[in-house]
Amino acid sequence: MTDATMSSITAPPPPTANRRSPLGSVLIHAGLIAASFAMLYPLLWMVSASVRPEDEIFSSTTLWPSSVDFASYVRGWFGLDVSFGRFTWNSVVIAVLTVMGNVIACSLAAYAFARLRFAGRNFWFAMMLGTMMIPYHVTLIPQYVLFLDLGWVNTILPLVVPKFLASDAFFIFLMVQFFRGIPRELDEAAMMDGCGPWRIYWKIMLPLSLPVLATAAIFSFIWTWDDFFGPLIYLNDMNTYTIQLGLRTFVDSSSTSDWGGLFAMSTLSLVPVFFFFLFFQRLLIEGIATTGMKR
Amino acid sequence: MAAVQDSAVAVGAGARGRPAGQGRFAAIWTRHGAGYMFLLPWLVGFFGLTLGPAVASLYLSFTSFDLIRSPEWVGTANYVRIATADPKFAASLKVTFLYVVLSVPFKLAFALLVAILLDRGVKGLTVYRAIFYLPSLLGGSVAIAVLWRQLFAGDGLINSLLAQFGIEGPSWISHPDYSIWTLVVLSVWQFGSPMIIFLAGLRQIPTDMYEAASLDGASKFRQFYKITLPLLTPVIFFNAVVQTIEAFKAFTPAFIISGGTGGPINSTLFYTLYLYQEAFGNFRMGYASALAWILVLIIGLFTAFSFLTSRYWVHYDD
Repeated sequence: MTDATMSSITAPPPPTANRRSPLGSVLIHAGLIAASFAMLYPLLWMVSASVRPEDEIFSSTTLWPSSVDFASYVRGWFGLDVSFGRFTWNSVVIAVLTVMGNVIACSLAAYAFARLRFAGRNFWFAMMLGTMMIPYHVTLIPQYVLFLDLGWVNTILPLVVPKFLASDAFFIFLMVQFFRGIPRELDEAAMMDGCGPWRIYWKIMLPLSLPVLATAAIFSFIWTWDDFFGPLIYLNDMNTYTIQLGLRTFVDSSSTSDWGGLFAMSTLSLVPVFFFFLFFQRLLIEGIATTGMKR
Repeated sequence: MAAVQDSAVAVGAGARGRPAGQGRFAAIWTRHGAGYMFLLPWLVGFFGLTLGPAVASLYLSFTSFDLIRSPEWVGTANYVRIATADPKFAASLKVTFLYVVLSVPFKLAFALLVAILLDRGVKGLTVYRAIFYLPSLLGGSVAIAVLWRQLFAGDGLINSLLAQFGIEGPSWISHPDYSIWTLVVLSVWQFGSPMIIFLAGLRQIPTDMYEAASLDGASKFRQFYKITLPLLTPVIFFNAVVQTIEAFKAFTPAFIISGGTGGPINSTLFYTLYLYQEAFGNFRMGYASALAWILVLIIGLFTAFSFLTSRYWVHYDD
């Protein structure tokens, strides 16, 4: 017998505010299940469309395909001049480097803001918060001109280098909040033992901050994987395309025919995000709930 | 904050312990240098990628610049043209406002409704929460926009479903009166992250307030109206501001669904899409910079307005 049932026997029943009648509870579940189905229906339909025989895709609103056929995946994968293997590889490289850049650069800055004392710290911290308010449209064009002059257009550098310069201030802010919660006695003891700030950062702060570093890494990965605007601007050569640009090209070039292939590639593009979601759901939801992350 | 100062003093204390012979510079360096070393990547990014470009963009907004020839100073001509002689600017502003006004309230209402249903004592909360959050996580991707385009096409899934009820749906995407609704529905579908923030907010409301109210005979509706809603106003305010700013910046769905045109008849020409077209389609970089600054101004004014009016309806504990 659980604690809850035990206490409901011994204690007087709690007032109704906290309880729902059995009928109310059934209604709520029915509503939630219907809503869940409506939420998932488009996604399930797309997955199912990707394994249907071509002629069946639009004729059916049901989710269960009459026969499962992976031909769409093969057609989709090789459907453009450059294969989706290339696009996927480009996306992976950009996403992995972005995660590394964000975690390294943002944690360095966050450590300085949270734990070190230096002239102008509060001023720079205010500036950092200020950059979070500025929409990226303002810096977009001069940044483009800068990267064009450097000869970086059509390389991954414009998408990756800024991350190593802690351009996602939001993650700095997240880490500062977390670092401030780590007991100060730990660094003080380390300092007594002769540790400098670098070793404190490396040996104490980072190992204790794995939850926030993981949250930042996972969101970095998902957002970069899904990013369309950055690659759209900086990558014009099909060999450098990310999976998002590949999909968009697929829509444009196959406006008449291959819906199966398009849905197959769309489904594939969602797989990494879906698995991250599956494995790190708790972390992601706590990240949202405590910090109000967008999206 | 006091704690931060304390250990910082301790870091600084090391400097005073140095041999005097190292001189003033070394002492200053030991005291402040570490902070700046750690901050170095961010500082380079701040000056090189944020502050510098922001200043440059303000300058460019007063020029005519096509990327090939150097920028030519035209004074306020860009802004004058935006204000007086650019129907596409007016159209894109209208579409964007319409999108904000339609999508944000619906999205927040759904998020709040579902959060309240999930709040207390629903079994399987984590499963429902995950299902409702999933679309928010996938939503920014091209795949979802592509899917949406197909769902709402003339012969797409939505119309097939409607046909089963004997309703003949319009071709949502290619009709200027309906195309914006396609995008609104897509945005509302992604109500997951405000929902999670609402759930966190609802958890903060002490249950004994409801117990006291129901002992006094207050109905569920009255409890919601008198307790839940007022105590939730800070969270509602936060969600509203964040979602509105996000809606102003929306780009990918409109780009994919309209094939980059913002059509039909500019009915999905989001402000950011117009800015993109001007900058990277027509290479009017100066004009696009002016458009960018106007967007900043609009978002800034909106945010300031929200904070000013919030004191009349947002209740904080103290």
